[in-house]
Amino acid sequence: MKILVCIKQVPDLESRFKPNGSKLWYDEADLAFRMNEYDEYAVEQAVRLREQLGDAADVTVLSIGPDRVGEALKKAMAMGCDRAVHIADPDALLRDPWQIASIIASFAGGRGFDLIFTGMQSQDRGSAQVGVLVAELLGISCSTTLVGFACDGEYVIAKRELEGGIKGVVKLRLPALVTCQLGLNVPRYPTLPNIMKAKRKELLVIPVAELLATGPVAATVSFHPPMRKGSGMVLEGDVSTLVEQVIGILKEKTAVLR
Amino acid sequence: MKALLVGEYREGNLLDTTYELFGFADQLGAETALLLVGSDSRLPAWVGTLYLADAAQYGEYNPELHTQLVLEAVARESADCVVFLHSSYGWDLAPRVAAGLKAAQVSEIIGIREEGFEVGCCNGKMRRTVKPATPSCVLTIQAGAFPQLQPGGSPTIIRMETAGSSSLEFMGYEPAEAKELNLTRAEVIVTAGRGIGKKENVPLIAALAKALGGELGASRPVVDAGWVPHGHQVGTTGQSVSPKLYVACGVSGAIQHLAGMKKSEFILAINKDKEAPIGEVADLLVVADLLQFVPALTARLAK
Repeated sequence: MKILVCIKQVPDLESRFKPNGSKLWYDEADLAFRMNEYDEYAVEQAVRLREQLGDAADVTVLSIGPDRVGEALKKAMAMGCDRAVHIADPDALLRDPWQIASIIASFAGGRGFDLIFTGMQSQDRGSAQVGVLVAELLGISCSTTLVGFACDGEYVIAKRELEGGIKGVVKLRLPALVTCQLGLNVPRYPTLPNIMKAKRKELLVIPVAELLATGPVAATVSFHPPMRKGSGMVLEGDVSTLVEQVIGILKEKTAVLR
Repeated sequence: MKALLVGEYREGNLLDTTYELFGFADQLGAETALLLVGSDSRLPAWVGTLYLADAAQYGEYNPELHTQLVLEAVARESADCVVFLHSSYGWDLAPRVAAGLKAAQVSEIIGIREEGFEVGCCNGKMRRTVKPATPSCVLTIQAGAFPQLQPGGSPTIIRMETAGSSSLEFMGYEPAEAKELNLTRAEVIVTAGRGIGKKENVPLIAALAKALGGELGASRPVVDAGWVPHGHQVGTTGQSVSPKLYVACGVSGAIQHLAGMKKSEFILAINKDKEAPIGEVADLLVVADLLQFVPALTARLAK
């Protein structure tokens, strides 16, 4: 079984973000990048399936971006992916979901992947479009927001997370694409021997120009911080003073403390 | 502008969130038609054209057949935009419709601006304004971002059918895990977020909850990590709460969490990051190391 996992490298979301020169996206300076959290679940699920199927399976991990995404690909290989494809694109962060999906579909088309895993969304853009669009472009079955996964080689049984904690169970015929939600599994930490082993695995670099044949369909016209409502109070200072201030405010504003 | 709204129907009921679509269309100033895969016995209270397909025939979840139905209705209505809720149903279906129409999609809209649609990004810390560049577009709106508008009246029904098979099969629902804890009745909830750092710090938060006579809540990452059982989870996929006092400890404020607690009467947030999105809904934000502040507050309350 040929398996593809698509991952994105995103900034640490604990960071402060400021607009870059174009004022259309964040300035990358001072940001530390890591694998998109949702994609860690996708990689883990692909590797578990590979372990279940043994050498009958082969897992390719793919990422689009500048040189730094090589780090995320190496981590995925250290987690257990067999090989990596880096689609070299310095402008990846500026592309819309339609273009990103087109690049992936153009790579995957004709390569006969039976199963494709993606995260359900990225932590920075959060559009939740790319995975489904890839499936549409390839004309394969698709389901989203998985918190449960089983595969027998012919069908996938997917458990989707719905609102209020209910789950929907769906059976998909392969080839298929699934998007992974947080909590689907517990992503492993790469061990040192596996990190060393990953260095010897194949990492194929493809220039984006070979795969991208479409312009954007949507444009970002502005990137800015939220408007603060300004109604909330902000307190800073030493802990003992803060405690007294908070007690005072809670007594005044809530019926909880008397 | 003509908008085709796509309503939601689950376990034999029209979902109330469908009315948020009317609230959005109203702000957009669009004429509306609605497509629903549902049933005659659960019709939306609104006057207009309802493209109705039978859920008994096409399933409550079958994105391949539902996409065909939506595309058919878009063609009949000559709609300029198709609007979904950004929900497990909407974000699954919308890109398929966008691909079918070769149209731009804008996801999880929270506001309408002159230059385009406002959406959140960077985990809620920043905003983007996005403008579709295609003749028609597909939009999904954030749950709770637009008011529910119930116009009243009865729709004019146009029956929808589609042929074709599907590569997927819906097997049924699995109920939510039994909630041994009903947070919705608590007057005080003290919630542990990812910022508590590790499982060993959960008792500090639980102690504050006890000192305030309340219950322990948890954000999604804390539940996923196994630090606190799922029954304590607050947010879209957990419980929606509105206590008299909500204390968020180390909760960054993901949209799905805010949706489940922002109606609380008073929100106290304790966070070391002044810029965290929880600050947007907090009545009081204490910028502090919670591992120091929380035990100090608990000790003071015990006096």
